[in-house]
Amino acid sequence: MLGSAVIVFREVLEAALIVAVVLGATRGAARGGRWVAAGIAIGIAGACIVAAFAGRISDALDGRGQELFNATVLLVAVAMLAWHNVWMSAHGRKLADDMRRLGHDVTIGVKPLSAMLVVTALAVLREGSETVLFLYGLAAGGTGQSELLAGGMLGLAAGVTLGFLLYKGLLRIPLRRFFTVTGWIVLLLAAGLAASAADFLNQAGVITVLSAQLWDSSNLLSQSSLFGQMLHVLVGYQDRPTGIGLIFYVATVLTIATLMRLVGGTRRDPSPGSLATRSMT
Amino acid sequence: MLRTVLAITLAGALVFPLGATAATQDYILVIKNHRFEPSEITIPAGQKIKLVVDNQDPTPEEFESHSMNREKVIPGRSKASIWIGPLKPGSYDFVGEYHEDTARGKVIAK
Repeated sequence: MLGSAVIVFREVLEAALIVAVVLGATRGAARGGRWVAAGIAIGIAGACIVAAFAGRISDALDGRGQELFNATVLLVAVAMLAWHNVWMSAHGRKLADDMRRLGHDVTIGVKPLSAMLVVTALAVLREGSETVLFLYGLAAGGTGQSELLAGGMLGLAAGVTLGFLLYKGLLRIPLRRFFTVTGWIVLLLAAGLAASAADFLNQAGVITVLSAQLWDSSNLLSQSSLFGQMLHVLVGYQDRPTGIGLIFYVATVLTIATLMRLVGGTRRDPSPGSLATRSMT
Repeated sequence: MLRTVLAITLAGALVFPLGATAATQDYILVIKNHRFEPSEITIPAGQKIKLVVDNQDPTPEEFESHSMNREKVIPGRSKASIWIGPLKPGSYDFVGEYHEDTARGKVIAK
């Protein structure tokens, strides 16, 4: 029972942490929670569909369908997170000011919320499809499976709980610094997803350069450990990264940070002391 | 601009020659009763090879290897191919993530 709990927990954790960050990043947006909830619902429905067609997806494109599907899902999520951060760099400060002044949620428009809906849906879809497959396998199996299924549910609950705790933790960040901090988290989250996408493209044989392992820090902090996995999701930590993964990571950080600076810089007069934070708010 | 970047990336991914490695030999790995058969596969170092994983169990399995940077879900009673390498000489662990206590194996690159 514990075994299946751990497996489902691991699959659910990534989606739960991403949803927590998205919920945090859209804090203060009127009806933001509803958008994220819709994203979760769409993601779960999508996960069931993907799980049902897992065999066909896997066989597609000369047996590389699953890798290319995963890479595409990840890259779309990266683009949406990037877009959100760039949007926030133009509007985040005003949003925080409005929230402080009015003391309640503010309307931020449909576009940034829909971007986060897509991110939520994709995160749930990707991790959820593996959870659905695993649970389906348990349900379809023979004897003593109900206990394993109960374990799966336990793992699901544990993963969601951890995501909830992260969200609660994020809310403790003072409002003045809130969007700066969540902006950084979203930036590193996006970079980590891009690195994972690079590894899937490498696995699919689409990118063949720099696929060798750069270092092995699994003795120091194993990616399979709880802390290692959480760092993997939130900042893209990998204990045995590839060169191409690192390049995707760094390129994503630089691209998003540059776009944020460009957009953030054109909309506000520079004032002393605001330069350091402005690019990330 | 982001959309353009993404579009180019995806277009590149799809246009890239998928059949470029068609001439290599296949290595078969069977999953039965949540175990890999054989549990050790020896492949030539410095070459890219295609590992065909034949999951004969009714339940799905996730082939996972941190040391080779590979993860792939293989539905029950189906086959999936995983490209591996080029690897430096050495031993590379892999597991079936859904049955990690029994489904273990390694790739030896010589």
